[in-house]
Amino acid sequence: MALLTFQHVSKTYDNVTKALQDVSFSIEEGEFVSIIGPSGAGKSTLLRCVNRLVDASQGAIFFDGQNVTTADKKQLREIRIKTAMIFQHYNLVDRLSVVENVLHGRLGQKSTLSGVVGQYTEEEKAEAFRILAEMGLAETAYKRCDELSGGQKQRVGIARALMQHPKLILCDEPIASLDPKSSKVIMDHLKAINQNQKITCLVNLHQVDVAMKYSERIIGVTAGRIVYDGPTANLTQDVIHEIYQSSEHDLITDVQGA
Amino acid sequence: MQITKQTKANLDIFQRRKITYTLVFLVLIAVFAGASLVSEFNLLDGVASFPAAMQWIISNLIPDAEAIERIPKILSELMETALVSVAVTVVAAVLAFFFSLLGSNITRVNRVVKRVVRIVAAFFRNVPDVVWAMLLMFSFGQNILTGFFALFFTTFGLLTRAFIETIDEVSSGCVEALDATGANFLQKVFQGILPSSMPGVITWVLYMIETNIRSSTLIGILTATGIGYLFDLYYKRLDFASASLVVLSIVVLVLVIETVSNKVRKVIL
Repeated sequence: MALLTFQHVSKTYDNVTKALQDVSFSIEEGEFVSIIGPSGAGKSTLLRCVNRLVDASQGAIFFDGQNVTTADKKQLREIRIKTAMIFQHYNLVDRLSVVENVLHGRLGQKSTLSGVVGQYTEEEKAEAFRILAEMGLAETAYKRCDELSGGQKQRVGIARALMQHPKLILCDEPIASLDPKSSKVIMDHLKAINQNQKITCLVNLHQVDVAMKYSERIIGVTAGRIVYDGPTANLTQDVIHEIYQSSEHDLITDVQGA
Repeated sequence: MQITKQTKANLDIFQRRKITYTLVFLVLIAVFAGASLVSEFNLLDGVASFPAAMQWIISNLIPDAEAIERIPKILSELMETALVSVAVTVVAAVLAFFFSLLGSNITRVNRVVKRVVRIVAAFFRNVPDVVWAMLLMFSFGQNILTGFFALFFTTFGLLTRAFIETIDEVSSGCVEALDATGANFLQKVFQGILPSSMPGVITWVLYMIETNIRSSTLIGILTATGIGYLFDLYYKRLDFASASLVVLSIVVLVLVIETVSNKVRKVIL
C-alpha cells in the first residue's frame, strides 16, 4: 500500500482563490519525489495539506493507513510526528541554541509539561548531538541559531526533522534561499537520508535541473493542477514548458540547453 | 543631450515633489493662523511672557534649605511609588501575555475570541488612567489599591495590544515549524513564542515601568498616596520649593530607571 495518497484533493482559499484543483497521486515508501512548477502554482499548499498545516477543502488524503482529512486532534498529532517538515526560511527559534532547536523535533512525543519546561531524556540529548555531528554541526551545538549561516540553519532544520524519526520528510523550497554550494550540501544530505534511512522525501523545488538530478520521479504542478507525474527520464523540454506555461528560450534552463 | 519622454517624466516627479512640500508647508501655516485666531492665542504675547515666567520659577521653585530637609521623606514616598509601579507592570505583563495569545493571529482560538480580546484591550487602554482612578475611588476610596488598579487597567490594555503585535511579528515561522513536529499549544507557547518574543516583551515592560512612575504621580494626587500626595500637600501649602524638589526627584528617578533598563536590555538581548 502506498505511503501517501491524494484522492481528488482541492483547496480553495476564502472561497475564491483555487490553490489546488482535483489533485490525485500516490507515493510509495522510500521514494524521492520533487514537485516543480511556477510560483503560486500551489506547491506549498499541496505540501501543507499532508500534515494539515492547511486543511484541504475537498477530497481525501491518506498517510500510512490513516485518513488525514478526517483525523481528530490525537490522530493528527500522530500523523505530524511521522511527517517532518523543512522550510525555505528554516523556521527555527532563532534565540534558542542549536541543540534546543534540534530537540524540538521530540516535542510531539513528549508530555505537555516536559515539553513546556524543555525537559529531555539523556538518550534524546545524546541522539541530538549524534545527528548534529552527522550534519557537520558538532561545533555549533551550543551557539544561538541567529549566529549561523543560512546553510547551517537549514542543516539544523534537517536535524530537527530527523529527531522526529519520521516516515516522510516534506521539504518546502529547502534551497531557495541558499547559495549553490550550500544548496548542494543540503540536497546531498536529503538524498543520503532517503537512501540510507529509507525515509520518503517530497520536495518542492524551483530549480528544474536540481529536481532532475536528485529525484527519480517528478510531479509538475501548474495553476493548482498536476500536469505531469512520471519518471525524471520522461521529463522533456516540451513538458517543462507546459509546466511553466512558457515558450522556448523563456526559461533560465534554456540558456544552458541552447 | 537628448531629453526623451522618459527623462521628462522623471523630471516631473521632482517638480511634483517640490510642489507637494510647498503646499504642505503653506497648509500648516494656514492651520496655525486659523487656530490662533479662533483661540485668541497670540504668539508674540506668549513669547513675551516667557522671561517673567522664568523669573518666577527661579525665585520660587529652586529647592531651599527647608526643602532639602524633607529629602528623606520624599525618598521614602518615591520608593513606594516606584515599587508599586514595578509591581503593577509585572503583574499586568504576565496576564497581558496570556491574554494576547488569544488575540494574536497566530495563536488565536477563533475569530470571535480574537475580536473580543482586541476590543477589551482597546477599552482598558483608551480610558485614561486618571479616569480609572476617579472611577475606582468610589469602590476603594483614597487607597493605594485605587492607584494600583487604575495603573493596572491601562497597563494591561496597552501591553496586551503591544504583545499581540510582537507575537504576530516574530513567531509565525517557528510556530508553523513546531506545529509540524506535533507540538501542542502550551509547548508552542513556551518553546517557540516566548523565546522569540522575549526582546519585544522586555522592551515594552521596561517602557511601561517608566511610564507608570510618571503616571502614578498624577494618580497619587487624586488618591492621596505616594509621591503624588506629597506633591499635592506641598503645593497646596504654597511650599513651591519642596514641591519642585518632588518633581526633580521624579525626573531623576525616571532617568535612573531609563539608564538601568538600557543596561538590562543590552545584557539580555
